[in-house]
Amino acid sequence: MVMDSLIKRYSYTITRNDFVTAGKSSSDIKGNLKAIGIDAKTIRKIAIISYEAEMNIVIHSMGGKLHCDIYEEKIVIVCEDEGPGIPDIDKAMTEGFSTAPENVRELGFGAGMGLPNIKRYSDEFKISSSDNGTIIVVTVLI
Amino acid sequence: MNVLEIKEAVNAEILTKKGNLDVQYQYAFASDLMSDVLAYASDETLLITGLNNPQVIRTAEMMDISAILFVRGKKPSKETIELADENNMTVIATDYIMFKACGLLYENGMRGLE
Repeated sequence: MVMDSLIKRYSYTITRNDFVTAGKSSSDIKGNLKAIGIDAKTIRKIAIISYEAEMNIVIHSMGGKLHCDIYEEKIVIVCEDEGPGIPDIDKAMTEGFSTAPENVRELGFGAGMGLPNIKRYSDEFKISSSDNGTIIVVTVLI
Repeated sequence: MNVLEIKEAVNAEILTKKGNLDVQYQYAFASDLMSDVLAYASDETLLITGLNNPQVIRTAEMMDISAILFVRGKKPSKETIELADENNMTVIATDYIMFKACGLLYENGMRGLE
């Protein structure tokens, strides 16, 4: 098997509770993927994944990083935050389960669809979490 | 239906300047939950919502949705309209409640996503 080596990484710092610029990084990722000629269907999958991941960092974490890694045959979204971590991942993966506060629900988020949506549009989905933070690695094949 | 026909049907006002008024919309998706939009909607769909914050535009952008109808008399902020114009989207607003707006559009041939 040929190793698929990293061609390009786009990285973004995401700030907690910043609902004004939330989504900007995902918008930027979308533009970059379009510029390098990725097909529209793949771009939409990545856009949804990165946007849900970005909103998760804004809503639930102390802040974190969002990366979009481009390989020859896949695109990987890596999302790492600074905590406080997810106590029960199985629960968090259940559609409709949410710990989002009321002000977030008023924005139309916090319906407990974030992680399930990310998984739905991915070809491979990995999540790990501790007190120090949560790491999500999501692969979409090109 | 194109944007002008939608505007006519629900007695709405067009708030953006840059959207393409010739796009034909056969399907609509109505929701106040942005994650549901991300889960179920598709492009070439009219998004009908009562939420009016900039995240609605961001959500539409991710889905390649090019037209949004705000219901219940919600007037989006200047920033929200600007963000829509930046993305060449059409934003229209009606005073009708969501149910009435959906009913009138259905009567005019618009359908829900399967």
